Amino acid sequence: MRQMLNGDEAAAIAAKLARVNVVSAYPITPQTIVVERLSEFVANGELGAEFMKVESEHSALSACIGASAVGARAFTATSSQGLMLMSEMLFVASGLRLPIVMVNANRSLSAPLSIWCDWGDSMAVRDCGWVQLQCENNQEVLDSTLQAFLVAESLLLPVMVCFDGYILSHTAEPVDVPGQAEVDRFLPPYRPKYKLDPEKPATMGAMGVPEYYEEFKFMQQAAMQAAKEELVKADNEFAKHFGRKYGLIEKYHSDDADVLLLTMGSLSSSVKEIIDRYRRRGEKVGLVKVRAFRPLPVDELIEALGHAKAVAILEKDVSFGSAGALFLDTAASFINVDKAPLMIDFICGMGGRDVDSLHIKEALRAAAKAAKAGEVKKIVRWLGLREKLVGLEE
Amino acid sequence: MKLPPGAIITEPGNSANYETGGWRSRKPEVDAAKCTGCGLCSMYCPEPCISKSKPAVVNYRYCKGCGICAAECPFHAITMVEEERT
Repeated sequence: MRQMLNGDEAAAIAAKLARVNVVSAYPITPQTIVVERLSEFVANGELGAEFMKVESEHSALSACIGASAVGARAFTATSSQGLMLMSEMLFVASGLRLPIVMVNANRSLSAPLSIWCDWGDSMAVRDCGWVQLQCENNQEVLDSTLQAFLVAESLLLPVMVCFDGYILSHTAEPVDVPGQAEVDRFLPPYRPKYKLDPEKPATMGAMGVPEYYEEFKFMQQAAMQAAKEELVKADNEFAKHFGRKYGLIEKYHSDDADVLLLTMGSLSSSVKEIIDRYRRRGEKVGLVKVRAFRPLPVDELIEALGHAKAVAILEKDVSFGSAGALFLDTAASFINVDKAPLMIDFICGMGGRDVDSLHIKEALRAAAKAAKAGEVKKIVRWLGLREKLVGLEE
Repeated sequence: MKLPPGAIITEPGNSANYETGGWRSRKPEVDAAKCTGCGLCSMYCPEPCISKSKPAVVNYRYCKGCGICAAECPFHAITMVEEERT
């Protein structure tokens, strides 16, 4: 049934359809609606879950860790400062191999205080051992959240489904909401192999001495690498049931293009509009959208970008003192590859600044210029920066 | 042996396999002539590895050499001595 839903509502409905047993979350802008809807679903009996009210995000994830440890399907949601407050427990969840699913409505980090979108929050915890998916639209939010449970539970890995705050979280779009019976056929109940159970005592969270710790970290990395295949499997299975499919990356008019843009999330939709305009004029430009940021689809990126002369990366994050995370990972993917495209990193859309058609065209022009010249003069650039305000221009 | 995911310990009570005696640099020695068998050392031992007997017997497989027993013994029957390296 098609409904007008914002991204937060789509995520809440997905959690309900997944028949989660425990929800523990602390409301924070712009994720608040996820928590509001889920508490309503529990209160009115639509969802037979335990809704655990907590005093912080650290406790919210801790409660989910406990719930998951005893075998419950656990769900949480957060944004920005909330994700930062959770960060200690993010590593505990992945280290204990608990398949918790979380949605993160991407929001910039304080200071200065900002409630608007960028990817600073999820990028800051990209090494926490959670699968990270980035959604383009609200349909993808719902669908990815459902797929997340399947992937999480098959590999015992927590999954973070990210979507742009406000741009998706608070914008209503038509979303096809699947029926409960069909979701039940797609997603069987969680049957953990290991759990805390007085009938069969076990210990979770014991000390990992140096003789063992490295092996457990290797096993996490191996599971993360296996998640690529598992994401594809879940995506294919999802397509069989619901007719929609996303892939680890999406290629949009990219195969014959010398000049490519690479980005994630809702920005992909804006870029597609611009690509269409260029294509109507006969200009061969294209887009590659990254949906799975962790695990990083290295082979897929090499295959999709390798033929291009230049790639402009558009991203709403920066690793201070280095460059944008998506750029760094993409550049590193081409290490030891014979032919790599030139790359330019465009930091943009920080703290909710609108990335409009002029910005996207500027990035395309810069990539085209680099392709023609065969070199990149300045690797990291800030798109839409008001240079006078930072003293770069009189 | 293949490790279970998440470092979960599935077999209860297997911490007995971990012999913490190797941590010790000094070990408690009980003077049987002075020991009255009062059992205070046994109660104070954080690793429960001293028997409540006369004389008290230390389980060196687990004793970490913290020295609490020697400090608490009211009869000065326990002394901490350097471990001899072989």
